[in-house]
Amino acid sequence: MIRLSVPFRQALSRLTLPVMLMLSLGIILFGRADQQLGDHMRAGLDDVLAPAYAAVAGPVEALEHGTGAIGNLFNLAGQNAQLRAENAKLLQWQAVAMALEAQNDSLKSALDYVPSPTPEFFTAPVVADLGGVYARSVLVSTEPGNAVSPAQLVGAVAMDGRGIAGRVVEAGNHSARILLITDLNSRIPVGLGVHGAPALMTGTNGPDPQLLYWSPGQPPAEGDMVLSSSAGGAFPPGLPIGVVHYSAQNEPEVLPLADLDDLRLLRLFIYPTSQPELTPIVKTAKPAAKPHKSG
Amino acid sequence: MARRSGMRQGPSVWRRLDAASRHAWPVFSTLFGLFLIGLPLGLPGQAELRPAYAMACVFFWSLYRPTSLPAPMVAVCGLLLDLLNLSSLGLWAVLLLLLQGTTLAARRRLAPSGFLLNWAAFTALSTAFSALFWAMQSLLTLTLLTPIPLLVQILCCAGVYPLLAALFIRAHRGAAAAELA
Repeated sequence: MIRLSVPFRQALSRLTLPVMLMLSLGIILFGRADQQLGDHMRAGLDDVLAPAYAAVAGPVEALEHGTGAIGNLFNLAGQNAQLRAENAKLLQWQAVAMALEAQNDSLKSALDYVPSPTPEFFTAPVVADLGGVYARSVLVSTEPGNAVSPAQLVGAVAMDGRGIAGRVVEAGNHSARILLITDLNSRIPVGLGVHGAPALMTGTNGPDPQLLYWSPGQPPAEGDMVLSSSAGGAFPPGLPIGVVHYSAQNEPEVLPLADLDDLRLLRLFIYPTSQPELTPIVKTAKPAAKPHKSG
Repeated sequence: MARRSGMRQGPSVWRRLDAASRHAWPVFSTLFGLFLIGLPLGLPGQAELRPAYAMACVFFWSLYRPTSLPAPMVAVCGLLLDLLNLSSLGLWAVLLLLLQGTTLAARRRLAPSGFLLNWAAFTALSTAFSALFWAMQSLLTLTLLTPIPLLVQILCCAGVYPLLAALFIRAHRGAAAAELA
């Protein structure tokens, strides 16, 4: 151990705070100059934290919701009755769906319909809710065994069982960060109602995103279905997002179908980048993997 | 023989380990708390809780155990907060260091005074720094951010301090008490 004189040590201890302050200010400036620095550090940290969160989140979830086997044992009879009723209802719907599918197929063959490419997808558990005060995002842990590189994963569409939850903005080897549709920076082109009237859905950091730039001739009607639109080339068309709702005069909002407050599992859809790239997706992870090569 | 000469060699390994763990307690609890707040519990105001927790930790430990929470560790906590909270890199590091500087400057007055005065001081300081964060983040992103999360964060700060203080005062006298080692 190095022995220092008392006055020198005192001077050193007094200097640490100002020096660290200058360093931090420098980091802010550096972060402004090089926007990728923060993203790289965040992706690295997410990769380290995702396994740790996955390890801690499991037991916590089991305790919290009683989703484990023990919790379910207590209302087996009730759940069975509910499932039987649901099953009967779904069987009816299955018949309807099969009839519609057959009709759809015949109509498509009559129209020489070109099918849209099927996306590659996989399921990832949400391990951490890492939203900030002015940001809404979640962290999912991805298996390293997937044949998908982090660069391909950036821009993937994240859906829960019911609708679009967000989009992958950063991806590492073990984790991916998903910007939710409620985030302030989220801008998604959507189609409204049966005619797909164009509008832009923007996040507000609140629970329900707003609708902007709808055409004056076709104002969004209460209860209209909101689907994603391929305008701009960032999203595939026709994915369910939510329902139009007016909470105030002339301020249409979207009630998201996805349960954004309680996301557990997300499916990440990697759509082939065959669409025109009008909105270039910044592939931050690897500069070598260019989007047009994979398409 | 070895044992007798050990008396002159200074504290034993276990004792040094004990002292080190007591010194590390504030830093470790701060970092671990920041990690835990990220769990997807779905609590209301969870995002606002993270900076509130960090500010309360920095305030409390700078007040009662400044040597256990040195400035570089405060900067690390701030950077971690920035990375987790998606704010501009380095912003919380600067704010937490400023908070520590202010607390250290007011330490002689605040440390002997009672809990209520400390609580009031922390509420005032955290309000000022939350507002500063809002202003700087607005400036850095060049958009006027909504002030509602700011209010939630201020309420969070005021509410979380008594709970944390109850916990930390125990640690201050037990697990983190460096003079007991």
